[in-house]
Amino acid sequence: MISETALDRLTGMLRAPDLSGTRYEILGELGRGGMGIVYLARDTALDREVALKIVDRGAAGTRSDSPDALAHEARILARLEHPGIVPVHDFGELPDGRVYYAMKRVRGDRLDRWLAAAQDLAERLAVFLRICDAVAFAHAHAVVHRDLKPENVMIGEFGEVLVLDWGIARTQNREPKNQNPEPENENPEPENENPEPENENPERRTPNAEPVAGTPEYMPPEQRAGAPVDHRADIYALGVMLQALGGPASVAAIAAKARDDDPIRRYQSVQELAADVQRFLSGRAVGAHREPLVDRLQRLYRRHRVPILLVLTYLAVRVLLLWLGGI
Amino acid sequence: MPPFPVTRHSIVAAIRSDRTEVRRAAFDALTNAYWKPVFKYVRLKWHASPDEAADLTQAFFLRAFEKDFFASFDPGRARFRTFLRTCLDRFVANARQAEGRLKRGGGAIVVPIDLPEAERELELQARNAVTDFDAFFHREWLRSLFAAAASQLRDACAARGRPQRFAMFEQYDLAADEAERLSYGELARRFGVSATDVTNELAAARREFRRLVLAVLRDQCSSDEEFEAESRALGA
Repeated sequence: MISETALDRLTGMLRAPDLSGTRYEILGELGRGGMGIVYLARDTALDREVALKIVDRGAAGTRSDSPDALAHEARILARLEHPGIVPVHDFGELPDGRVYYAMKRVRGDRLDRWLAAAQDLAERLAVFLRICDAVAFAHAHAVVHRDLKPENVMIGEFGEVLVLDWGIARTQNREPKNQNPEPENENPEPENENPEPENENPERRTPNAEPVAGTPEYMPPEQRAGAPVDHRADIYALGVMLQALGGPASVAAIAAKARDDDPIRRYQSVQELAADVQRFLSGRAVGAHREPLVDRLQRLYRRHRVPILLVLTYLAVRVLLLWLGGI
Repeated sequence: MPPFPVTRHSIVAAIRSDRTEVRRAAFDALTNAYWKPVFKYVRLKWHASPDEAADLTQAFFLRAFEKDFFASFDPGRARFRTFLRTCLDRFVANARQAEGRLKRGGGAIVVPIDLPEAERELELQARNAVTDFDAFFHREWLRSLFAAAASQLRDACAARGRPQRFAMFEQYDLAADEAERLSYGELARRFGVSATDVTNELAAARREFRRLVLAVLRDQCSSDEEFEAESRALGA
């Protein structure tokens, strides 16, 4: 008879990936999602720890196209070489038929947990701008993440910000690149970059057959409706994230514009959104918010406090001298 | 290896065959796969004595064969396992009402019930703790599935002249509890091979075991869709 212990062991064995013949050894489990399980593994060839994402065929709700989706995710990550996007090292198929890819192991904290600790607004917005950088880079490479949320962002041990989980990312036509010029501080895309072959991108063939995927509270109406989405879906999600960061009315206005139900009324590029946040951080007027006069004066005072105080002091001294002269 | 083998005739498809000999062979295979889960389920859920459970198990499969119970199975509505359990519950309830009139057969279908073995297994299981009989039936079915695959693995290893491979698998992966489980090093010493050989032999045995589990499972599913769903549920 197969004992209870052996039954559990065999069940676990069937579920565990078979890594025989590969360069990896499983060290533990880091997390699991709808498409796969992320394991902490050792790359025995290079003697370093990596994160190994493997299709989980036993997960409830796992889609039958998960192997293809994982391969698609790996290819997208391989295209997006950016400090804010986790790099992929390797992709392959295990002896048991499951596909996997190896990526950098990121040590740190998820953004949602990081935010739970007391962080001041400027620090939160600085992280938000780093997320915008990574997302803008992806958009410049015609990639839409489609599932941006704090749980998919890691803050590394050294403050690095990494956008993860590109499992449901989609590529779109290259037009947005004109709308989203790469930020000046980004590495320009090499001229000789190999574009993704047409036949590797099923979305281009079926633009009207978008499966509804993502996290509802971060999804714009068009994504929830299963309609084709473009980079403005990510701008909506960034708006939801920004709103959760808190802040005064002008930040709330930026978030509200980013998460407008109508994609045409949203920021049309992540750079526009980031520029407005940057304007707020430097004490300038933001495009999304028409300030009352009092707020405007307060902002101007905060931004130019020293010269204003100097002028006021000068004027006060002059008035005092005039008064003393008249005595 | 493709994760899902291509369609072929399964036991479940064959039990609906018009040809009696095909149906009979399919029922034999079905009873081999399911008699133990059915027997244990009847023992625990229906509080049947060992003899009564054996009679009910025998009568259930006989009745299913004669009355073509399983012909009404609709793969679109449920797993075959769930359907079988529903039929079983109905059958036992009716049999209890008409107590004493159980038809024990006349040779049409003989269920290979090994009563002492099944009882010994039940003794080893903490049967008083069973509260979820759906889960219990599933677990017993899984145990039966793994036992069939392990048995085929033993035969396959012997046929290939690698009995040592199965012996290592048996002593490591089939060990009844952690206390009696040998380490790779201990296995290497026991079999007079290196620890690397143990690693390789166990890896090969596990790959073959996984393949056999899927093959046995495929036989028990009525469609590719059901097989895919069952495979996913197993994670294999």
